[in-house]
Amino acid sequence: MTKSVKKSDNADNDISLKEAALKNDKSFEEAMLDLEQIVSKLEKGDVSLEEAITNFGQGIELSRYCASKLDDAEKKISILLQNEEGNLIEKDFDI
Amino acid sequence: MNKVFSVSDINNYIKQLVSNDGILSGLSIRGEISNFKHHYTGHMYFTIKDENSVLKCVMFKSQASLLKFAPQNGEKVIVSGYISVFERDGQYQLYASDMQPDGLGALHLAFEQLKNKLQKEGLFDSDIKKKIPVLPTCIGVITSSTGAVIRDIINVTYRRHSNMKILLYPVAVQGTGAAAQIATAIKKLNELNQVDVIIVARGGGSLEELWAFNEEVVARSIFASNIPVISAVGHETDFTICDFVSDMRAPTPSAAAELAVPDVEVLLYKLQNYNVRMKSSLVKKLTMCRTQLQKANSRHVFRNPYDKVNQYRLKLDNELKHLFKNNEMLFKDRKSQFGMLVGKLDVLSPLKILERGYSVVKKPEGSVVSKLEQVHLGDNLEICLTNGTVDCNVVSVTPYEGISAPKASTNALGLATS
Repeated sequence: MTKSVKKSDNADNDISLKEAALKNDKSFEEAMLDLEQIVSKLEKGDVSLEEAITNFGQGIELSRYCASKLDDAEKKISILLQNEEGNLIEKDFDI
Repeated sequence: MNKVFSVSDINNYIKQLVSNDGILSGLSIRGEISNFKHHYTGHMYFTIKDENSVLKCVMFKSQASLLKFAPQNGEKVIVSGYISVFERDGQYQLYASDMQPDGLGALHLAFEQLKNKLQKEGLFDSDIKKKIPVLPTCIGVITSSTGAVIRDIINVTYRRHSNMKILLYPVAVQGTGAAAQIATAIKKLNELNQVDVIIVARGGGSLEELWAFNEEVVARSIFASNIPVISAVGHETDFTICDFVSDMRAPTPSAAAELAVPDVEVLLYKLQNYNVRMKSSLVKKLTMCRTQLQKANSRHVFRNPYDKVNQYRLKLDNELKHLFKNNEMLFKDRKSQFGMLVGKLDVLSPLKILERGYSVVKKPEGSVVSKLEQVHLGDNLEICLTNGTVDCNVVSVTPYEGISAPKASTNALGLATS
């Protein structure tokens, strides 16, 4: 699993461990869908104030998670070639 | 001397010769079409030629209308029919009953046959197609390691996502062995399991050049792939078996990269938009609640919470006042009544009567004497005065004159009343 070392977010300490574990398993796509649902729910407005605050917190966490996923990767272009034994090895590729 | 023939005779003779010839009565000829003319009558007139010579042909409407393709100048074809002589013009030509594209025809046929076969097996079914992941961690590309295709894919990828990983599996994209290489590449990428999506790509070309992507082994390899496959083979108008069996078809390699790689800018903007919307929704909610609270606070009950209590207190006070007043009145009333009764009592008090000079005469045993008959001479009597008693003795008795019987009304105390 890749870890983002860019921003150390203190707010991450606020999430319970269980929630954090769940989020790490979530794909970007799933997180986006969940986030979309929360936004609609908040905009609809027929929840209690406590619920709205909880949802907002969850939404912001999902938003941060998604943004970090976008930031996560490292540019790399490689090519698969066969070595002498016939095994595939990865090498850097220059166009 | 040589016989001299007429033109018609000779033409007729040649016609007979040709008509009776076994080969010429039914044959197939390979050549290139030129001078093609599709007459308004429906008949086709053309010549077929090779490097050295040409042959005139005609195909009448009845057969021409059955052709599955439209013949064109320059096309290599195989024409079937018979040679006949047109006597009037002294011309011989091929009367064509059928025409097939040469060489390519076989490929087209093979294409159609494989397409039907695989479609029947369900390889093209849309409900088994896999979804392309929204944000892959690494994309696999199967194409030539040189040329515009890989360059285009790389350029489009990094325009959209500057940190994407690309893994290139180089293959031959045409010629013998190409199909096997492509099929193996797909299989190996599945085994390595390092990529989230595979792009199979090749630039434009003729049917023969694209042929590897129509081979069954490639189709089955794509079908067996657990990783989603995007196919981008040939030009926009080219459709290969590869395109049908893949999870998604792209018209060009660049389009394939656009399908595989999300535009990070767009996604970041989307996230930002969500943040803004969430924030404003929450602010709206808080404001609403705050307004509600203010409204509630400003209500009379909260501003003067003791108002009700005070009102009751006032009421209580009033009631108490009334109570006391009524009590007082009642008391006064009773007091005056009492006073009246006391006054009456006083008036009736025997002591007052005694003070007026009357006295009570009692016998020693206590009974009150009011009549002469109650006493005898020599009796001891007690006279009660206001401040004491006098012991007396009866010396004599004298009744009142005119009153014979003691019938005078006396009250309970034994005293005469007037």
